[in-house]
Amino acid sequence: MDGRVTPGHDRRGFEAAAAFGGAAARARPLHAANPCSILNHMVQYARAPFDASFAALSDATRRGVLEQLGRADASITDLAEKFRMTLTGMKKHVGVLEQAGLVTTEKVGRVRTCKLGLSRLEEEAAWIESYRQLWDARFDELDKIVEDLKRKEKVDGRKKRA
Amino acid sequence: MDAKSEREPTPTKNRTIVERKSERELVITRTFNGRARIVFEAWTKPELIKLWWAPKSTGVSLISCEADVRVGGGYRFEFGHEGSKPIAFFGRYIEVAPHARLVWTNEESDDGAVTTVTFEEKGGKTLLVMRELYPTKEALDASIAGMEGGMSETFAQLDELLVTLSAGAGPA
Repeated sequence: MDGRVTPGHDRRGFEAAAAFGGAAARARPLHAANPCSILNHMVQYARAPFDASFAALSDATRRGVLEQLGRADASITDLAEKFRMTLTGMKKHVGVLEQAGLVTTEKVGRVRTCKLGLSRLEEEAAWIESYRQLWDARFDELDKIVEDLKRKEKVDGRKKRA
Repeated sequence: MDAKSEREPTPTKNRTIVERKSERELVITRTFNGRARIVFEAWTKPELIKLWWAPKSTGVSLISCEADVRVGGGYRFEFGHEGSKPIAFFGRYIEVAPHARLVWTNEESDDGAVTTVTFEEKGGKTLLVMRELYPTKEALDASIAGMEGGMSETFAQLDELLVTLSAGAGPA
């Protein structure tokens, strides 16, 4: 193991994902792609996805699992064997990676397969949650303005009566 | 009467809900503790829009904010983000019903949504419903998948972090 992330055959592999973003950026001139990307910036800042990811990456085994999945999808059993670990132990690690949105798992028959990245549905749910947080932050500010305007009206009303 | 007793008890925070209601529609709902005309004012006066449209936590700032809230009138919001070129969101108002309803186009992309905001007053509070209707399912999917660009960016950063951490950890 040379400590580098090898490009996976899966298009959700880290490098594949990065290349994907690059291709998307190249496809349109920057200024045209920007309205979307700034929204995503806003959405992402609101979301701060790094905390969970960082915690997930703080463990050497979990980093190894990500590297492994960057090469090929694998079942929990495969991973447990490769890392000489009990099934329960590996399930826990995969669970942490899954919660951080780094890994997605799918059970087919008796086998649970792990791969890098989010499922399409999870991606949509994550996007909607990020979008919700953006609007929630806006509306919190809007609440303050509503309170200000109410206060102002009260004061103006009192002046009129006076 | 002192100022304190006049103040209303702090209301609990109202929830913001976002749902994909159909293949081509996103719906955002939120209640505000004020009359519809007040909430409407905050959505239609540029000097007020400016105060809430780009909250600090998003890391972007509003550079300019023009809104001519009349049927056929235009709007243009420009955002800046850490020295990058400003980005504009723009379109036209196609319906303006004071204190009740606003409809505008989003013209920064070819298949942008039409946004309808309704203000429904009940017992001194206002239920705000914002609908973003895209021309096609694909347009809304693309808008959501636009996030993939953002996610890829995150993944690229994670990739770097992973390499750094693995390098630091020595040979496995």
